[in-house]
Amino acid sequence: MTLNVQPNLPDPDGFYERLVALHRGLDADQSAVVNARLILLLANHIGDPAVLDRALALARDPATHRGDAAAAG
Amino acid sequence: MLNTYQFPTFPYVQSEEQRTGQRVRKPVIVVGAGPVGLTAALDCAHHGLPVVVLDDNDTVSVGSRAVCYAKRALEIWDRLGCAGPMVDKGVVWKIGKVFRDERLVYQFDLLPEPGHKRPAFINLQQYHLEETLIGRAAALGNRIDLRWKHRVVGIAPAADHVLLEVETPDGVFPIEADWVIACDGARSGLREALGLPFEGQAFQDRFLIADVVMQADFPAERWFWFDPPFHRNQSVLLHMQADNVWRIDFQLGWDADPEEEKTPERVIPRLKRMLGADTPFDLEWVSVYQFACRQLDDFRHGRVLFAGDAAHQVSPFGARGANSGVQDTDNLVWKLKLVLDGHAPDALLDSYSTERVAAARDNLRTSTRSTDFITPKTAASRAFRDATLDLAEHLPFARTLVNSGRLSRPTPYRDSPLNTPDADADAFADAMAPGTNCADAPVTRDGTAGWLLDALGDRFVALHFLGDDGAAPASDGLADADIPVTTVTVGRRGGDLVDAEGLAHARYDAAAGTTYLIRPDQYVAARWRTFDPARIAAARDRAVART
Repeated sequence: MTLNVQPNLPDPDGFYERLVALHRGLDADQSAVVNARLILLLANHIGDPAVLDRALALARDPATHRGDAAAAG
Repeated sequence: MLNTYQFPTFPYVQSEEQRTGQRVRKPVIVVGAGPVGLTAALDCAHHGLPVVVLDDNDTVSVGSRAVCYAKRALEIWDRLGCAGPMVDKGVVWKIGKVFRDERLVYQFDLLPEPGHKRPAFINLQQYHLEETLIGRAAALGNRIDLRWKHRVVGIAPAADHVLLEVETPDGVFPIEADWVIACDGARSGLREALGLPFEGQAFQDRFLIADVVMQADFPAERWFWFDPPFHRNQSVLLHMQADNVWRIDFQLGWDADPEEEKTPERVIPRLKRMLGADTPFDLEWVSVYQFACRQLDDFRHGRVLFAGDAAHQVSPFGARGANSGVQDTDNLVWKLKLVLDGHAPDALLDSYSTERVAAARDNLRTSTRSTDFITPKTAASRAFRDATLDLAEHLPFARTLVNSGRLSRPTPYRDSPLNTPDADADAFADAMAPGTNCADAPVTRDGTAGWLLDALGDRFVALHFLGDDGAAPASDGLADADIPVTTVTVGRRGGDLVDAEGLAHARYDAAAGTTYLIRPDQYVAARWRTFDPARIAAARDRAVART
């Protein structure tokens, strides 16, 4: 499987709102831990090392995106 | 400080060659009489190689130091006839518990299945271990020439030998060796004298070790705390040792003053916070250490072979120091014997470096990962560590990420040039692939309950499985070759070894006819579904680098 970089969220604005709301009232350190928990939960759900490695690379440098779109689906 | 142990003093004896001034050449000289050097010497003696051991001191390890000895190291010492007293004296354990604050977040079992002779781990003070090894060496009589107060002060490698300059209370004298096994520890003088780069990563953290004598009701388990109430924001590790001595390891941070932290005025209040004000205890030994992860790129330098901490240094989390060191000499000595006897080419010793450098890299990578989890270096790393611990209390997946040290297991030599790869048609399960150390199993030999590993010994063995009703094969002179291969049959009902429980057949994915070629260090060299003497001989030749 390859990392899906095409739109996949049924309600993008709704998800974004909930993601921001997740951090309401937290300081920077607390937010960092919550984000880290979220990443670990999602990473475990995905599992596939190829998908995760591609996500790690794109997170660090989105400009390295090349052809993920064509492979998605 | 209290002493539960009387340190022996071994007598210095002037050697014949120093007294007479006559230069001699020995087949093998081992430098360093720590656990690794002593194990190397015992293995030489077992293979019939006369060996000289040079050590700059005249007693055993001061302090409990290595403490944790793993199943594979115990199996090696079993082969050398001295694991029994270690296990009897040591504290057997296999359960590790990880706490955060006061809560248990994760628990692991290092040997969840029965049917192995040796336990997952024992804890034993290093001085007890060394004394057992020295006792075993003495029991072998003059096969091991153990020389105390002999410090190597110079080394000159030559094409066909190595010259060592040795300093004793009587001055300096030269001695030559065909081969030198350098087991002279993390600060190896031989490594330094040869100018070999020893590169890696130093960790900016300090740890306090306290050996405490007390009557306590902690179980025989490894307990590790992240951020406990008695030592906030740092980690603590607890191990039970012999004689009611407990090892407690406190992370101090980089800014701690090592000299000040060693004083009883600092150590005792720390311990009281942990153990409670009412628990009586005595301090036996205190040390403050920092550590590095580094290794040589090549463990062989001509006729000098590096082993143990002289070749590789790892963080203490995972007990991968002494345990990997004795696996070095386990890999080396049978090869050295074949080369010295002229049965195998010198190139066989290159495979010592290939196999053990790969194992050292594996140990180094594993222990560095543990260190990075235990002592996060960045804010993000710390956030992931805390997030992992938060999740692990409630969610099973996160427990696999908690890393308080991955405890020593043997690294398989999967890519070794000595292996004969499986034929696809043989369709073996992966577990015992060529390059893997042999699994143990209970078997009956001559009507007596015993163990598979004890029946392998330290020679080439063709381990042939009979299943329910197979017959012993014709071995076609394998046993009489210059490098003999001894056939050992394992059947469910009959054979040299009777596998009544079927565990040997299961662990080796064996059916009637399945045959494994086992190396003298009890690693799998090759395996087939049938017994074919020509293929066994070819695989044996490949395993000694002569094809």
